[in-house]
Amino acid sequence: MSLLRDLFTVVAVSAGAFFFLAGTVGLLRFPDPLSRLHALTKADNLGLGLVVLGLLPHADGWLGALKLVGIWLFALLAGAVAAQLIARAAGSAPPRA
Amino acid sequence: MASFLLGAAGFVLLMVALGLVRILRGPGEGDRLMAAQLLGTGGIAALLLVAVATRAAPVVDVALALALLAAFASVAFVVGAPGAAPPGPSAADDR
Repeated sequence: MSLLRDLFTVVAVSAGAFFFLAGTVGLLRFPDPLSRLHALTKADNLGLGLVVLGLLPHADGWLGALKLVGIWLFALLAGAVAAQLIARAAGSAPPRA
Repeated sequence: MASFLLGAAGFVLLMVALGLVRILRGPGEGDRLMAAQLLGTGGIAALLLVAVATRAAPVVDVALALALLAAFASVAFVVGAPGAAPPGPSAADDR
């Protein structure tokens, strides 16, 4: 049971780390600000969600797990609002590539 | 298990550090802020990994504070950006 739990954590955290890699590659390689924003906000929040999912079996009790999920939901909400604000500020000013 | 989680935290931090190259290259102010947002999200993930790996529950609160500060950073940027609409009730529908 403990082995299964650890295996789940390894798989989920590795997938999350992969999405962080994808977000960084997108941020560095995409040509224009809006697509960079797209890579950043989606890939990174998904990576954070997978990391939180992987950590859930190791959280101390239901409250600790609930707190981890709450932090992820808050990061999602903040990331969505920030993406809209940055797109409004950055997407209109320079010529679109 | 703890060493794997710490290694994953190190990997995420490495990715964040690579993403910070975008701050040097720009070209726009928004692009630089995106790298700072990446630091926020990646920092939360790394802090959560460290918190579980070292059984240090208060580090989760640090991650929560970082999430809050990253959100405030982008709001402050948009309000204070050159050419941005002045803060106020009309800022939402000026386009």
